[in-house]
Amino acid sequence: MSEHAEAYLDARQQAARQGQWRRLPLIHRQWLRWAIALGVVVYLILALASVEVNWARVAEGTSRGLRFIGAFAQPDFMSRSGDIVDGLIESLTMTLTSTVIGVMLAIPVGLGAARNIAPLPVYVVCRSIIAVSRTFQEIIIAILFVVMFGFGPLAGMLTLAFATIGFMAKLLAEDIEDLDWRQVEAVRATGASWWQTMNHAIQPQVMPRLIGLSMYRLDINFRESSVIGIVGAGGIGATLNTSLSRYEYDTSAAILLIIIAIVLLCEYSSSHVRRWTQ
Amino acid sequence: MPVSTSPHGIPVWRLRTTRAQWLQFGAWLLGISLFLLCWKVISDNTMWVFVEDAGRQGSDLLSRMMPPKWEYASILWKPMWDTLNIATLGTALGIVMAFPVAFLAARNTTPHPLVRSLALMVIVSSRSINSLIWAMLLVTILGPGVLAGIIAIALRSIGFVGKLLYEAIEEIHPTPVEAISATGASRLQIMNYGVLPQVMPAFAGISVYRWDINIRESTVLGLVGAGGIGLQLNASINTLAWNQVSVIFVMIFATVLVSEWISARVRHAII
Repeated sequence: MSEHAEAYLDARQQAARQGQWRRLPLIHRQWLRWAIALGVVVYLILALASVEVNWARVAEGTSRGLRFIGAFAQPDFMSRSGDIVDGLIESLTMTLTSTVIGVMLAIPVGLGAARNIAPLPVYVVCRSIIAVSRTFQEIIIAILFVVMFGFGPLAGMLTLAFATIGFMAKLLAEDIEDLDWRQVEAVRATGASWWQTMNHAIQPQVMPRLIGLSMYRLDINFRESSVIGIVGAGGIGATLNTSLSRYEYDTSAAILLIIIAIVLLCEYSSSHVRRWTQ
Repeated sequence: MPVSTSPHGIPVWRLRTTRAQWLQFGAWLLGISLFLLCWKVISDNTMWVFVEDAGRQGSDLLSRMMPPKWEYASILWKPMWDTLNIATLGTALGIVMAFPVAFLAARNTTPHPLVRSLALMVIVSSRSINSLIWAMLLVTILGPGVLAGIIAIALRSIGFVGKLLYEAIEEIHPTPVEAISATGASRLQIMNYGVLPQVMPAFAGISVYRWDINIRESTVLGLVGAGGIGLQLNASINTLAWNQVSVIFVMIFATVLVSEWISARVRHAII
């Protein structure tokens, strides 16, 4: 293999001396490059052939699309302000409570899913919790929880908390798996119990990242809380969905602008918090 | 140094100063009261009668799901193919659009600060709006179907790919760029030979990662009418055919696991 690579490099240098230089390809093996290119072309043909587009309907919708874009120029915050404020308060409360509850539940799951501190049976159980929580979109979980707990923000909060567990626990477990093991050994050598090891060797090492991730998750949960209302789990999503299906585009534009503004605010403040913790 | 003295005048080490202690106490108090306030709002808006029989509802749901109706899987292949197409074509369209936006948004390649803030605004608004909302908008505009799903996924991907890519561009080594520009290369040549080779692995990795996320997201786009397996899911839920729903869940779970595995392998090979 290395001889082959050397020969290849020599050939490249020879060619370069004669004034024929080409940059290194991203994928080294030539047959693989061609196979990938061919596969992409075949896939594109198959895929594009199976996409059915009703062009008449698209043409019909264009004027509506233009009206929607026009609505962004003059969003209407006022005429449905009551509904918007109610939806926003619900979304924000759901976001905060679900993040707090989710992070609190994610910490034990994350500890259990770190291979270096958990025994195998606990590891398997915690990893499967993470896999289930990460695979299904929030909205699918929301459908099930709405059936179980009825309409309203409680179902939404539980959904977001459940999704938070998978996200936080996975990242926390990865963080614990590659922490500095010497500190753990040092604390253990003093005869510390399991709790003391967690508290004095592991927690200080993962805490800054944990805080940063929680802030990030707060931001994600707000964004998600704006969609799970579509299936009846409360929040601003329900308001948005209603305004869209009533073709009140100026109200929908207002809601979307509010969502963007809040996400921007979250992102700005979370980057501040992260800088402060690190 | 946070030190207090014992009654005998001997200094005692403490973790925090008195001021820091009070500040921390105040922060916890504020946080917990905020949490309780939020909890009260939620609790007021909840019908607790429905919550009380959640356990019964849950076990009822499970018993309806439990023998999954496996023969239903035979008509799911076409919707699954549509879902994969939505994710893949959407990702492709998204990265094509994200690529120039990222170059305009990176501090070291942007032609003008004003263009940069415009590109950043595109990235932020694409990132803040969930693909389901994009799909909802596009279904009202373009009509239900796979096309709305593809464009929704693409619009959502611009922000994600654009943000990660422009961060990668800002972190490149300046030396190759300087070397190329010292040869008298034009602006485009500098991009092509100095910047692009450095960000290409990151770009490929980000794209595959986004594809993996998009597979997940495209499974639910059908709930608002944008094609794929979500349409079947919606139909099954509306007709309360929970034994079909469980088949769909199993299929989604398998697809997501496979796509995650592929994406992890590809990213491992690239980086």
